[in-house]
Amino acid sequence: MAIFDEMHGLPGPDLPEAVRPAYRRVARWVAEAPPDLLDARRRQAELFFRRIGITFAVYGQADSTERLIPFDIIPRILSRSEWAELERGLVQRVEALNAFLADLYGPREILKAGVIPEDLIFQNPHFRLEMIGVQPPSGVYVHVAGIDLVRTGTDGFYVLEDNLRTPSGVSYMLENREMMMRLFPDMFMEHHVQPVEVYPDALRAVLRSVAPEGVNDPCVAVLTPGPYNSAYYEHSFLADKIGVELVEASDLFVRDEQVFMRTTQGAKRVDVVYRRTDDDFIDPLSFRPDSALGVPGLMSAYRAGSVTLANAVGTGVADDKAVYTYVPDIVRFYKGQEPILKNVPTFRCREPDDLAQVLDRLPELVVKEVNGSGGYGMLVGPKATLAEIEAFRARLVADPDGYIAQPTLALSTCPTLVEEGVAPRHVDLRPFVLTGAHGSEVIPGGLTRVALTAGSLVVNSSQGGGTKDTWVLDE
Amino acid sequence: MTLLARTADSLFWSGRYMERADFVARLLDAAQRLSTLPMRETDPYRAWESAISSAGVASAFHARHGAADEAEVREFMAFDRDNASSILACLTAVRSNMRSIRTAVTAELWETVNGAYDELKRLQAARHDREAFARFLEWLKTVALAFDGAAHRTMLRNDAYWFLRLGGEIERADNTARLLDVKYHLLLPPDERVGGGLDYFQWTTLLREVSAFTAYRWLYRESVRPWLIADMLILNRQLPRSLACCQAAIAGHLDDLAEAYGRRGLSQRLASGMLSRLSATRIETLFQGGLHEFIQAFLADNNKLAAAIAEQYLS
Repeated sequence: MAIFDEMHGLPGPDLPEAVRPAYRRVARWVAEAPPDLLDARRRQAELFFRRIGITFAVYGQADSTERLIPFDIIPRILSRSEWAELERGLVQRVEALNAFLADLYGPREILKAGVIPEDLIFQNPHFRLEMIGVQPPSGVYVHVAGIDLVRTGTDGFYVLEDNLRTPSGVSYMLENREMMMRLFPDMFMEHHVQPVEVYPDALRAVLRSVAPEGVNDPCVAVLTPGPYNSAYYEHSFLADKIGVELVEASDLFVRDEQVFMRTTQGAKRVDVVYRRTDDDFIDPLSFRPDSALGVPGLMSAYRAGSVTLANAVGTGVADDKAVYTYVPDIVRFYKGQEPILKNVPTFRCREPDDLAQVLDRLPELVVKEVNGSGGYGMLVGPKATLAEIEAFRARLVADPDGYIAQPTLALSTCPTLVEEGVAPRHVDLRPFVLTGAHGSEVIPGGLTRVALTAGSLVVNSSQGGGTKDTWVLDE
Repeated sequence: MTLLARTADSLFWSGRYMERADFVARLLDAAQRLSTLPMRETDPYRAWESAISSAGVASAFHARHGAADEAEVREFMAFDRDNASSILACLTAVRSNMRSIRTAVTAELWETVNGAYDELKRLQAARHDREAFARFLEWLKTVALAFDGAAHRTMLRNDAYWFLRLGGEIERADNTARLLDVKYHLLLPPDERVGGGLDYFQWTTLLREVSAFTAYRWLYRESVRPWLIADMLILNRQLPRSLACCQAAIAGHLDDLAEAYGRRGLSQRLASGMLSRLSATRIETLFQGGLHEFIQAFLADNNKLAAAIAEQYLS
């Protein structure tokens, strides 16, 4: 299987050293820089990151509650035309998904039309009955989306996953850029890289635009599960950049269906909560009663319309891996257009024909839990042992509805600085889409994750992946 | 102006723990110095015993250790996680408090704390080597200076800053008072007979502990006299560690808060009462009533004030 390289394109017999135009200058720099200079810069970056305290917690590992995500100093670059296409596709997709959510918790036209099987929605644990009849301001459910894309060849990007609940990673997009500008100011003089620094302002504007009706100067707060959450750094980083309070559940309380925070001067009204706590934990009175991370009564205030939650509750029903397979139909249904971004061809194990094929071809497929995330609980056929495959087969047969399967994708690679020098490593891309009262926008850039182990396709930071700065050229 | 009560609480305790870490480092430094006295004149454990008493952890120490020997005290006060006043525990507390309120402090202040915490892990190797340990204590003092400097140079002068400083000043007053209480037998009234060279060494060490040896000379222009040391540490407003100076700072920050919030409360009343009582006190009358009694009363008032601040703002 030929592998597309972000810098060199598809390997050709005549052109082993071909360089794609966007990478021209960076390729020359990588080729000419002495190896110890690259390594010195890498170590410098690590020192900066540790000092700033950008850490990421990995669950299930003692003694490593705070780890640094490895940062690679060779940027991933997208040309202006590549980006323009992606941008249109992302906006189209997120607009359709917002319309889909408004429909599911409203008239359910799409189910009446038979586009999606009803049980896939009604039996979905992320479909929240509490949301029926709730009308979020401007009809926006997903204010912040992180869409995972992969490239497999010259024919463009595929969507691997829509993250519509509490997607994380945007702090790395911003900090990686900051780091690159610090380490390599000259490179930014030579390239016209579109700025990502506008993200906090854009997010603030979005959050303010969806305040409850009648609130002129909304009080916005970022709600975090707390310092032990894996993305805590990001929560504090964003609150700081947006210029709003970072609150934990214990800082908030609900009285007369209104949300307040405890301050040194008593209670203060909160109008918009950018929450990074999952639905299940957000209100012990509505969802998990054992949650200590929630605010009792928050849902009642939300349903009464006195506070906006971003993202809305119940968005998980639209980024479920089983629903994912229907997103192209969802785009056609609500937008009346062909989807610009492609889905990865996916087997729905809930359908008997698909299941039979999947069971036949397990060693070559990637099987994922419908409700899994972060690279946990998946089978990568080509990398698995026979015993692992058989164990997974049993789980699959026992609960086919719980899984989908996809061909092993030849993820594109990007030159990366590793132990033995500069070598190709597989990458993906997570751009961030913001949606407020005035529509959707995509910040030019995103988070490029890179699998640091040779040949590995798993880019998740929880599984030892690293990150790169992502440049969108304006030239 | 909005400040979460939890954030204010974390700022207050960050200030307290940083101050305590610095104080413990100074006590250990002084103990090391005192323990170099000729042994036949003094009990070999006395210097170290005095360090744990001044830190207020003597009973906790003896519950788990025997005699106060150098290695055990060093370990207990510098690196013991179970001793809430150890340097390690204090720095850990400062960092976890600040980490939970990252948005309330400047990048400079956070990076000072986070960098020190990382460095501390490495410096624990110093525990078995006297010279390395001395360097460790020096390092800790520079961390405290960098902490205050970062706060002073970069933080907005608003409630977040005042709560951080309040914690530091309350702790500092408490530390100075406790140090005086442990050493009060050395600070005799003027008509008492002055001791020999040993006493002199102890007094100067006491002054060094609070980095006030040079200050003493500037303020009093006299040879070291114990009752003047007491005057300086309690009543002299020029010395940043004196009870009067701390009390003035506390009252000032509480006034700033009251003005910003448009409301005065119990903590303002207590603080201004303490300050005016201190201002009206002269060292002679203080000695007549008993130094020990005076300090005990001050410590009780200081605790009452901290509780009032917590009640009024931090919950």
